[in-house]
Amino acid sequence: MPAIEVANVSYRYPQRQALANVDLTVNEGEIFAFLGPNGGGKTTLFRLLATLVPLQEGSIRIFGSDVRTQADHVRRRIGVVFQAPSLDKKLTVAENLKYQGWLYGLSGQTLRQRSQQMLQNLGVADRAGDRVETLSGGLRRRVELAKACLHGPRLLLMDEPSTGLDPAARIDLWQYLRQLRDRQGVTIVLTTHLLEEAEKADRLAIMAAGKVVALDSPDNLRAEVGGDAITVAAADVVALAAEIEAKFGLRGSVLGETLRLHEASGHEWIPRLVEAFPNEIRSITVGKPTLEDVFIARTGHRFGDDVSLPS
Amino acid sequence: MTEPTTLPNEPDTGVVSPAAAPVQPRPVLAAAALASREFVRFIRQPNRVVGAVGQPVLFWLFFGAGFHKSLQIPGSGQQDYLEYYFPGTLVLILLFTAIFTTISVIEDRREGFLQSVLVSPIPRWAMVLGKLAGATAIAVAQGGLFLLLALTIGVTPPWWAWLSLVGFLVLTSLALTGLGFVLAWRMDSVQGFHAVMSLFLLPLWLLSGALFPNPAGWLAAITTVNPVTYAVAGVRRLLYADSTVALPADLPSLPWCVAVTAAFALVTFAASCKVAGTRTTGDLL
Repeated sequence: MPAIEVANVSYRYPQRQALANVDLTVNEGEIFAFLGPNGGGKTTLFRLLATLVPLQEGSIRIFGSDVRTQADHVRRRIGVVFQAPSLDKKLTVAENLKYQGWLYGLSGQTLRQRSQQMLQNLGVADRAGDRVETLSGGLRRRVELAKACLHGPRLLLMDEPSTGLDPAARIDLWQYLRQLRDRQGVTIVLTTHLLEEAEKADRLAIMAAGKVVALDSPDNLRAEVGGDAITVAAADVVALAAEIEAKFGLRGSVLGETLRLHEASGHEWIPRLVEAFPNEIRSITVGKPTLEDVFIARTGHRFGDDVSLPS
Repeated sequence: MTEPTTLPNEPDTGVVSPAAAPVQPRPVLAAAALASREFVRFIRQPNRVVGAVGQPVLFWLFFGAGFHKSLQIPGSGQQDYLEYYFPGTLVLILLFTAIFTTISVIEDRREGFLQSVLVSPIPRWAMVLGKLAGATAIAVAQGGLFLLLALTIGVTPPWWAWLSLVGFLVLTSLALTGLGFVLAWRMDSVQGFHAVMSLFLLPLWLLSGALFPNPAGWLAAITTVNPVTYAVAGVRRLLYADSTVALPADLPSLPWCVAVTAAFALVTFAASCKVAGTRTTGDLL
């Protein structure tokens, strides 16, 4: 049974369309990322999966349970880490976990053991008696994770989990997520706007303007773009693009003040281009395609651009 | 204290196996979690205690002392104003506490705590019950402290009336916190609540017989349909349960006060469950 089946889901806010006919499946035991710029629809999808907002159109099944009619089943099986912290800052770490346990029907010895184990696993056991407001952002994030995993969810949903984490803390987070997946088979779904974070997922869905524009493993997605990525900066990039096309037959995409070309043997093109347009070209670089190139290839926009659906 | 830079290499990531049967939520335990959290938070913010008790007590002392000579409540026999005004002050403390505590729904939503409750597998009525029970415990604790001041003005109800008073305060607080919850649930800012408070909640209290006995004309009509009237009257009845002090002739009877207050509590609880049970995008304000 797939962990998540999303079929034909659309969602509208009063002002704009956030999701349009989204279909996708997340397999059990996968680390799956939703990658997209702000306004791409990934947070809306996250909220629908977390049963935080009601479904408007389409269907979502989580471990076979319909989020619309069996929200209760779904809620028992998911753990949710929100982008905004959900810890009560006036309570201690241990108290936060205790009340979370009570919400999920855990109590007594079982609850104490689980909380202690979670805090140990996340390296925050020595802060159990401290109020959350005295903890650093990184430590709070760990407690947040302990809170979400306390009841042993089969699916962990995380909205922008790296927000506010320094690079070392991000590495820790991913180490923990992999352990969770490898040792317990927990399915992990996260949203991110960071390309390098999405690279770490088993599979990812790239979302733009409320649609899934690509869905595969990071390697496959990059392989699809193929060749090397050549980035040319010029004062009049549109004119240059036309000239390059006329002279070499290369078609690229113009993004702001840069031209992006995807060609095999990119290193051979560099001298040819520079010799042909020595005055026009301000800078030129070559590299392997990144997820950003995948994004550009699929949407025609640069990743940072705010792309949203017309309302 | 130094932060560990890497996670310890534990042999297992947790004792919880997700393959095991999913958790079985227990609504009453869930409500207890929220109620207990509410109380712990309250104790840790002493300024809230001062705010909810301090102002009514000051009002009571100032009004009571100020009107002591100039006002004689008709039909109140030998009561002076400090004494007359006592039950009203008690209800005002409950009202203030109910409001300050239910405003925290707005904070919970803004600070993010609420979202983790909303995605947990507990029924919404359990969430409401937890919030209201916590707020009620806080209100009764504060009201109870103030109640002891009755002894300083020579009001000495019998032991059973003390017990009944605590029970009646629980009922009244439940009703008022329920009212606060319904008003606060959809609000996105504490500022918005202030307007409701001065235009709706305070007038409700003003026209409850707390400050002056049942007036005539259209004010009388409002006072009669105002449920807070019966809360104040109930406290008054119980305080003078065994006393020979003459109470205003038109004061509602004790059973009637209890019945109206219980109905008031039921209605606001049901309304709270209803507003909280409606899932909209508003849950994410």
